[in-house]
Amino acid sequence: MNGMTPIVKKVTQLIVGLIFLYGIYIITHGHLTPGGFAGGAVVAGSFVLLVLAYGSNILKLKKREEGSSVVESLGILLFTVLAFAAIFIGTKVFFANYLPKGVIGELISAGVIPLYNIAVGIEVAAALFTIFLALVIYKEEVLK
Amino acid sequence: MEIVLSIVIVFMILGAIYALYAKDLLSALISCGIVGYGLVICFLLLQAPDLAIVQIVVETITLVIMVAVVLNSTREELKEKAVVNIDGVSYVHQRYIVNVILVVVFALFLLYFFKESIFTLDHFGEHVTRMSTAYIEKAAEQTGSANLVTGILFDFRGYDTLGEATILFTAVIGILTILRAKGKK
Repeated sequence: MNGMTPIVKKVTQLIVGLIFLYGIYIITHGHLTPGGFAGGAVVAGSFVLLVLAYGSNILKLKKREEGSSVVESLGILLFTVLAFAAIFIGTKVFFANYLPKGVIGELISAGVIPLYNIAVGIEVAAALFTIFLALVIYKEEVLK
Repeated sequence: MEIVLSIVIVFMILGAIYALYAKDLLSALISCGIVGYGLVICFLLLQAPDLAIVQIVVETITLVIMVAVVLNSTREELKEKAVVNIDGVSYVHQRYIVNVILVVVFALFLLYFFKESIFTLDHFGEHVTRMSTAYIEKAAEQTGSANLVTGILFDFRGYDTLGEATILFTAVIGILTILRAKGKK
């Protein structure tokens, strides 16, 4: 896949970091603003924008691209590990909120919910980007 | 607000109908985009910014992927004739008759039960879900989360969120399996 015109490349260069940071902001403030799913989709969108604007050579793609797939599996593994840890800590219930709750509205509050948000954000971002990369690799390698 | 909502929904319906009858697959896809972005405006008008952000981002990414797929295809829908020929005899008319009879019978059947059920429900706007009232009253104290939607999703309904994440995981595995089966040859 080739890149686009210099105008698109320059605008992408200016804007892609802001989009990525906005996604990270939504994920980490998941218990105050929209949660991990939306933030993960925004982060994946920034990577997709980068690949579309600069062409697929920027990522040095191989035929078997495994990095994003591994990150996605690690995200869902982190989610289940957090959920299972609740069985061994505190009230011994699956999915229990075992960390102290803190003050409502603070950044560090709500117990485990921010950690769940980060896990789901990683998982969604990596999953959407893996789907996109699989299509790009299919086009590059197979349809050539 | 309801008038604006109705106008947006009418646009969404028109876009969906156009997507069915468009000759070009790309224009069908863009009219599908009308449905998605109209839904964003509906969510904003109904005061659900969480869903609006998720919808606008996911809609954009899926639209980009679908446009990339369609631009590599022939951009035309495959036409299949609905004619059944057995021994040179056309059975089209028999099929039409059977279809019309089936549609009428099922419509009457469903209308009867709709009439029965509509009188036992509460009036419009009076919800019967007592669980949601309890959530709204106590979710902030019990979960410690300022955003009630996230509090409910990750605490009270953790199983739902786990299933949702697993669905995405399974979808990715399926896509990788399909696309790499050819790539390995």
